[in-house]
Amino acid sequence: MSSVLIDLTYLVASVLFIFGIRGLTHPRTAVRGNMLGATGMLLAIMATLLDQQIFGAGAEAFGWILGGVVLGATIGATLALRIELTAMPEMVALLNAFGGGASALVAGAVLVGDANPSTQTAVATVASGIIGSITFWGSLVAFDKLRGLILPDRPVVFPGQQILNGLLALTALGLGVMVVSDPGTIQFYVGVVVVASLLGVLLTIPIGGADMPVAIALLNSYSGLAAASTGFVLSNNILIITGSLVGASGIILTIVMCKAMNRSLVNVLVGAIAEGGGKVADADEIYAGRVKITSAEEVAMLFDGVRRVVIVPGYGLAVSQAQHQVRDLANLLESDGIEVEYAIHPVAGRMPGHMNVLMAEANVDYDKLKEMDAINPSFEQTDVSIVIGANDIVNPAARNDPSSPIAGMPILNVDQSRTVVVIKRSLSPGFAGIPNPLFAADNTLMFFGDGKQAVLDLIAAIKDA
Amino acid sequence: MEAFIPLLTIFMLAIFVGFEIITKVPPLLHTPLMSGSNAISGITIIGAMLSVASSNQVTMVLGFLALVIATINVVGGFLVTHRMLDMFKKKDS
Repeated sequence: MSSVLIDLTYLVASVLFIFGIRGLTHPRTAVRGNMLGATGMLLAIMATLLDQQIFGAGAEAFGWILGGVVLGATIGATLALRIELTAMPEMVALLNAFGGGASALVAGAVLVGDANPSTQTAVATVASGIIGSITFWGSLVAFDKLRGLILPDRPVVFPGQQILNGLLALTALGLGVMVVSDPGTIQFYVGVVVVASLLGVLLTIPIGGADMPVAIALLNSYSGLAAASTGFVLSNNILIITGSLVGASGIILTIVMCKAMNRSLVNVLVGAIAEGGGKVADADEIYAGRVKITSAEEVAMLFDGVRRVVIVPGYGLAVSQAQHQVRDLANLLESDGIEVEYAIHPVAGRMPGHMNVLMAEANVDYDKLKEMDAINPSFEQTDVSIVIGANDIVNPAARNDPSSPIAGMPILNVDQSRTVVVIKRSLSPGFAGIPNPLFAADNTLMFFGDGKQAVLDLIAAIKDA
Repeated sequence: MEAFIPLLTIFMLAIFVGFEIITKVPPLLHTPLMSGSNAISGITIIGAMLSVASSNQVTMVLGFLALVIATINVVGGFLVTHRMLDMFKKKDS
């Protein structure tokens, strides 16, 4: 096949990718969109097999390619089909890592094989090496933190961290200049990769659990930019187009997540919350004598004759895997003629859209999953709000207390509903490390316990009543 | 340099296209958007395939490693996205 035909096929594949992403603008068209994307990928791979470089290389090259694809596909399919849906943040982190790593490897492979690379190739190789390595190691650290394997969920900070990161970045760039001026000495590229890898680790360890949505979105963007850089290495349009689409996607999600926390990207990346001024209110002062503890039986009685209930899922719901029980509870209430909706905060959970996936898994109709801006005006007409495993995203201090560290963060206004039931293991603070006046409010009842068990008890109590 | 400008043009325009479509994706589908776009960014698989076919041994080995992880990214990404999207259905019952 001539290179013109290959390039035309790449063009078709790029268009399919764009239509594929556009399909994701609505749940009805999303499955088809994903299939279009996959079709585009298949076309691009088929066309590449007919490239002179591969076609001319003979059977041995085909054999290796087939072997690599079969191996990768087996691992990928196993991961995708086995993973728990609650573990999606980890899965996405892992996929980010592989995308970034592949880009850095390909750039290195091209540099080694090219006797006399152009300046464009050399510069792009350095970019791929830096971005790809940061993505790979940063995503692995994110994966580790989400799984709680080696590193803690909380931010890991030490004195001089920013200076060290700055020095590493300068070193990587310096080595990059050496690669461009002397592409034949491959050690310089290895140096770029090593330093950037270290930087990837150090940039991600200060990011704490609840800031993970931002980190994952940003790493998603990097994996796209790494692919685009590799596109410049190979002078290949489809890599550039696709990489920049994904880069843009990740950046948009990053901005959305930062806005939902009312924090700047720099602030999130430095991993410092509650340090940037603002006094932390004393927990005892807020809670003392005001917290009302309730039981399943008492909550069950609350639902007598009410018309509207809103459920607020938080990360605690994901941890206790209570999504199916919550859906059962909602079904039970609905069978009594009560209107039930879910209020989804943009940063609830550990990645963008985390709670939506969780509730969709439990077979909840997506029309009932309401975005913050859509549901906030309706809390005043809500009889009972049930908060499950969420804290900072329903903290009215963000709205009322200008001196609070989370002041200005958009929250779900559950405190405006007639009664609030908070299902939580204890009064311990959320990620922001601050007490929540909601728990001491007159209209709030605290229902202590594990999310799943508490909901099960509640269902039993309602059935008994 | 002459070859670079058209590539840069494509890069810039694609970023604009990306911003235009992706701002229309509702928060409801942000997770599938991430995993799906992630699968698409596994397009590096093409570069990996070309490297595997190289006569240079080192290029070939690096390319093979890249090919395996890029394939994990592509296959895993599309499949897990499909699995998720399959749950976002209108419940009529």
